[in-house]
Amino acid sequence: MTEQNQPSKPATTLTPGESPVVATAPAPKVDAEAPSRRGFFKWLVGAWAAFLAGVGMMKILTVRFLYPNVLFIPPTSVKVGLPEEFQVGLVDVRFKDKFGFWIVRNEEGFYALSTVCTHLGCQPNWLEAEQKYKCPCHGSGFYVTGVNFEGPAPRPLERYRIVLAEDGQILVDKSKKFQHELGQWSDPEAFLRV
Amino acid sequence: MWSNISKYVTDSQVWKSIIRHGYPDTRRNRVLIILSNVFLHLHPTKVPSHSLKLSYTWCMGGLTFFLFLVETLTGVLLMFYYRPVGEYAYNDILALREHVPLGIMRELHRWAAHAMVITVWLHMLRVFLTGSYKPPREFNWGIGVVLLTLTLLLSFTGYLLPWDQLAIWAITVGSNMARATPFVGHEGPGSKLLNPGLFGMEDVPLIHATDDARFVLLGGPFVGEATLLRFYVLHCVFIPLAAATLMAAHFWRVRKDGGISAPTDEFSKPL
Ligand code: HEM
Ligand code: FES
Repeated sequence: MTEQNQPSKPATTLTPGESPVVATAPAPKVDAEAPSRRGFFKWLVGAWAAFLAGVGMMKILTVRFLYPNVLFIPPTSVKVGLPEEFQVGLVDVRFKDKFGFWIVRNEEGFYALSTVCTHLGCQPNWLEAEQKYKCPCHGSGFYVTGVNFEGPAPRPLERYRIVLAEDGQILVDKSKKFQHELGQWSDPEAFLRV
Repeated sequence: MWSNISKYVTDSQVWKSIIRHGYPDTRRNRVLIILSNVFLHLHPTKVPSHSLKLSYTWCMGGLTFFLFLVETLTGVLLMFYYRPVGEYAYNDILALREHVPLGIMRELHRWAAHAMVITVWLHMLRVFLTGSYKPPREFNWGIGVVLLTLTLLLSFTGYLLPWDQLAIWAITVGSNMARATPFVGHEGPGSKLLNPGLFGMEDVPLIHATDDARFVLLGGPFVGEATLLRFYVLHCVFIPLAAATLMAAHFWRVRKDGGISAPTDEFSKPL
């Protein structure tokens, strides 16, 4: 350790009787460049504002991060084939697991029924022998039309938009749904007439 | 000879570097033991005798904590074998039964989880019955409510991981509740109010099935592989960390609120 690093000793030690030597300190130099108190507070407010803005941006980013830009899910709009590929009176279960709808063909035409139970969202099964959709979760039952008749489900299954594409295939569009209790099943796009 | 050995041990540098107090044979040393240990210091240094009575606490808080530790330990072990990917998850669960000795680690984890849910409710019940939510303990009741929620969420997120039909549909049903969240659930009250109708998009709702509260939870519009991964991370990392942090705060508050509550006349009785 060098001499300079030693803590400085008191400059004067008074012996009794001696009058204290009062050193007049040189007036503090006012530096025009030195930050003033007001300038410092302006700077402080600016710094805090920038910091809070940064934190706010991070928050938005964090929430947005939870919503991916790309979803690896089956398309919501599907071409299921030509009308003559479907048999009258049958419920087609081929699209149930992947796309979540049944195609039903009757004498007049087609409808696409959602496989989401209107009780709490499980997936009912089509029971051919009993001619009903039956939900394994709490036992709701639906007629082939989708109208509920047993169990806790409060309303009929929903239908999806069903139209003919330009190439003559049946197109099911899940982004638009029709609810019976709202009188929407009579919508021309809820039922494909042939 | 025995005392020579023990003296040799307790005089050693290793012992002294770790333990800075004498045997707990004086009151001062007993306090020091609690105070000088980072874990124990969350606990009150003095405990009134009534609070050790099983009839007062039912030991339900302590049992809940014990079960949480069991869950942490068995859970970490399960993580050595379980992969949260649709292709593997279900078979890994089966393998945990067949491919490891004893095959009961999963059972331990599951039973302790059920038990923890039961004990946390009973703990809350006893806190209520003894009126321990009253001042100065209101805040600790509040922490407790969050801990209860986290415990239930641990249960819920863990339920999906076996990735069987029961798991998938149970989580489907359970998470459908989130559709009805006020404002941020797409079928919830007020969600239609959040339709600014800007840029000529009057009929495009701001809150819909692919951006609402349920979507964040599931990582998609329905329960799928993204959900499995999300629930796995929540179940194994996020919720346990949050719960452990809050438990530390919970125990610390018990200490700061003067130990656990007591019928007033028994309060100052020493152990
Ligand atoms: C993970 C969950 C929880 C753990 C591990 C836990 C643990 C504990 C422990 C060890 C105690 C000491 C006294 C005792 O064992 O009864 C305690 C006290 C307390 N707990 Fe909890 N607890 C949890 C959840 C809750 C819940 C759900 C509530 C209520 C909403 C709650 C409210 C309280 C209050 C107010 C006290 C102070 C009781 C008193 O002073 O008598 N805790 N907790
Ligand atoms: S979800 Fe179908 S009956 Fe409950």
